Amino acid sequence: MKTFETVIGLEIHAQIRTKTKIFCGCSTSFGSDPNTQTCPICIGMPGVLPVLNKKVVEFVIKAGLATNCTISKYSRFARKNYFYPDLPKGYQISQFELPLCQRGSLTIDGKTININRIHIEEDAGKNIHDTSDIHSLVDLNRAGVPLMEIVTEPDIASPLEAGAFMRKLRAILRYLDVCDGNMEEGSLRCDANISLRPIGVKELGVKAEIKNLNSFRYVEKALEYEIGRQTKILQDGGRIIQETRLFNTQSGKTVSMRSKEESHDYRYFPEPDLVPIAVNGQWIDDIRKTITELPDQKAARFISDYKLPAYDANLLTIERYTADWFEEAVRLGGDPKQASNWMMGELMRLVNEKNISIEQSLLKPTHLVDMLKLVAEGTISGHTAKIVFEDMFNTGKTSSEIVKEKGLVQISDSGQLDTVIDEVISANSKEYLRYKAGETKLLGFFVGQVMKATKGKANPKLLNDTILKKLSL
Amino acid sequence: MELFSLTIAEAQRLLRKGEISNQELLRSVFDRIKNIDIKINAYVTITEEQAFDRLIAISGVNPSNPSCGIPIAIKDNLCTKGIKTTCSSKILGSFIPPYESAVTQKLLDSGYIFTGKTNLDEFAMGSSTENSGFFPTKNPWDIKRVPGGSSGGSAAAVSSGMCIAALGSDTGGSIRQPAAFCGVVGLKPTYGRVSRFGLIAFASSLDQIGPITKNVEDCAILMNIISGHDIKDSTCADFLAPDYTEVLKNGVKGLKIGMPKEYFIEGIDKDVENAVKLAIEQLAAMGAEVIPISLPHTEYSIAVYYILATSEASSNLARFDGVKYGLRIEGNNLLDMYLNTKSAGFGKEVKRRILLGTYSLSSGYYDAYYKKAQQVRTLIRKDFADAFKKVDVIITPTTPTPAFKLGEKMANPLQMYLNDIFTTPVNLAGIPAISIPCGLSKEGLPIGLQIIGRDFDEETILRTSYAFEQATEHHKRIPPI
Repeated sequence: MKTFETVIGLEIHAQIRTKTKIFCGCSTSFGSDPNTQTCPICIGMPGVLPVLNKKVVEFVIKAGLATNCTISKYSRFARKNYFYPDLPKGYQISQFELPLCQRGSLTIDGKTININRIHIEEDAGKNIHDTSDIHSLVDLNRAGVPLMEIVTEPDIASPLEAGAFMRKLRAILRYLDVCDGNMEEGSLRCDANISLRPIGVKELGVKAEIKNLNSFRYVEKALEYEIGRQTKILQDGGRIIQETRLFNTQSGKTVSMRSKEESHDYRYFPEPDLVPIAVNGQWIDDIRKTITELPDQKAARFISDYKLPAYDANLLTIERYTADWFEEAVRLGGDPKQASNWMMGELMRLVNEKNISIEQSLLKPTHLVDMLKLVAEGTISGHTAKIVFEDMFNTGKTSSEIVKEKGLVQISDSGQLDTVIDEVISANSKEYLRYKAGETKLLGFFVGQVMKATKGKANPKLLNDTILKKLSL
Repeated sequence: MELFSLTIAEAQRLLRKGEISNQELLRSVFDRIKNIDIKINAYVTITEEQAFDRLIAISGVNPSNPSCGIPIAIKDNLCTKGIKTTCSSKILGSFIPPYESAVTQKLLDSGYIFTGKTNLDEFAMGSSTENSGFFPTKNPWDIKRVPGGSSGGSAAAVSSGMCIAALGSDTGGSIRQPAAFCGVVGLKPTYGRVSRFGLIAFASSLDQIGPITKNVEDCAILMNIISGHDIKDSTCADFLAPDYTEVLKNGVKGLKIGMPKEYFIEGIDKDVENAVKLAIEQLAAMGAEVIPISLPHTEYSIAVYYILATSEASSNLARFDGVKYGLRIEGNNLLDMYLNTKSAGFGKEVKRRILLGTYSLSSGYYDAYYKKAQQVRTLIRKDFADAFKKVDVIITPTTPTPAFKLGEKMANPLQMYLNDIFTTPVNLAGIPAISIPCGLSKEGLPIGLQIIGRDFDEETILRTSYAFEQATEHHKRIPPI
């Protein structure tokens, strides 16, 4: 049986986060009533002309610099011609020869994935088919929204690597604030090209292109499925046909959409309504200066400055806001590793449960740091801290307020604790006898019972010491 | 003298003096339209009611404005807000733009009033106005003949007094050739001199809007209004246009005129050749120096033009699909709707050009056609640049023959295309050129003299034209209609 290696290349479409569309002044905001964010230019009325939004160029140069691309001093737009009702002009203004950014790369776990190009284009509108039996409707709000298309070389060797690349790219684009990375709203989507070849063979195999994957998980799942499908065909001595496939999120399978023969001839040619984009070195330098620390650099700094493990540093730096949150906590006097633990544990759990972002949470770094002080001073136990933390998260109150209101001050008084422990032991005489008979793992049970009785307020160290003493009597 | 035969400059003078009212002027022009457009068919849409309403609205706003109320005809491929704009195509038969083109807005701002929208070859594709989706326009000099095209409606209207002046558009000669055929002045400005915003595109890298007028002075007056930067057109030059009327009287003494040998060839009409050569001699007699030159790539112009123009057109016309505006013929599915709409909406010549252009851009043919044509376009541009190192203007016939008969060339598109042989190189090079009347043929038909200038040097061609006009009577001849 032959073994194959996987070759993957990605084409990623990222919506560029400008306030207005690429060639007119219409808003780019998401979710408005159909065709309310349109004008004669973006609906392709006769005689109107596109005027390039300079911010779009600036944002794409920024993305290009952050992904180690060469910025073209001279690039131009091209028309990509095809007929579809959501494409109002009958062509998409894109770039073909001479894209704005070329030859970049990203490093994923020490491996370099090369980027072939990043170019600018406009988005199409949206066809709506489910409102009438006879007609389809067209919403052109999205028509003319600026996109950048990031095309990788076929350097990706596995679905996981593809997912990791997407995650890294999304993190960078969000750091730069050039794309919101919202995959559910379609701000970031991906076409994946995948082929297999026998190990040791240089030439690429015949590829399939999987269109429009709009989550990291779908990228990974679709590619996994494709590997299985193509492997089986090749094992059985069959041949892969070059085609475009769609991923069905329900079945988890890809299905054929069109073969190479049916593919469009886009008849690209230079866009005569726009002048070429000339970019001078000064402009590039000015843009470069606006690029702040990127995720990889930040993670490296967290490791060296805060002595965080790589795992923590990487996780905390995926989102700039999270990283800033962490650093603010440290600045306010929080212990780096403790702050990291609380953020990666409780904070992440709570925001995921509530389906909000850390940014939207009422809990701020100062909350965490104040709470950590109460723990350090012994005012509250670590166990109580979890309760306080969740309460702060839900209400935005400070830890002191919550401790005071709910009477959560830790019991560090041995006399008070002695009484509770005695009560617990006498109420659980059977377990006590078993413990005495050598079943020492019941220690945890007694600790738990005391915690329960004290509503978690018992000072754990004191409790542990005292209970051990009492049980061994 | 009837008011409808006034020029802009004359009308301004009389209005300023109070010898005529703008009401009378407008009345005279609309009466003229009423009387003779039945024979000429220059207009697709006549906007008499709006014109008088507008006159009332603007009168008194700026009483000293000398252009207030001067009636101008607009080629029907320029979008006019609230006024039907058809491109003489059934596919836009009922299209009313919700926006104003840059040039018509500038005219409105200057106080001009529109008489209506003039006929053209559908989407400006043609040289005779016979390709109009509605009806052909006739030449006022001989109604059995074509007025030229594609701005045939505008040229015929100016020539016959159905407006004081007009705007046209020129992609391969569409202002100059009908101006020549109708005995009027027509200027194609430098590409980028005038905003194209609101001009329904035929070939975006070649299209340019320009004036069609009764004399050179009017041409300069309209150029002053329509020229200049526009943020809505990225291909529009972002520097100020000069005052074109200022330099008119500077004469031609010492001017170097280039006479390209490739434009005086076998097959051009004898009357045309004689009239043009005589005109050059007259300019020489006035102090200009005539220098023989060569534009060696001229012979490729028609081929290059018809590849590039049709390629761009095939893309520009894709938007007329029945989905958003204009004609829609329903079908059983999307493809049927597309096919039904485009089949019924586009005329034969438009379909021919869409097919040609689609073919030229197709994968596998792109390099041999579109790309090669772009390369030759560069050579043609270089021909002119080289020539303009030696001369200030280049003078040629505008067309190889005077106006031909209706129907004469419809059966043979190639014959029709050859009519543009002297005008298309100018569009390919992006430079400005004017056609002015320089005589009549033995049959009494106007002959056009083409004066070509350097990039953004409309001033020199206007100055040359004005000097010639002042020394001759050709522009004073009016058609017998």
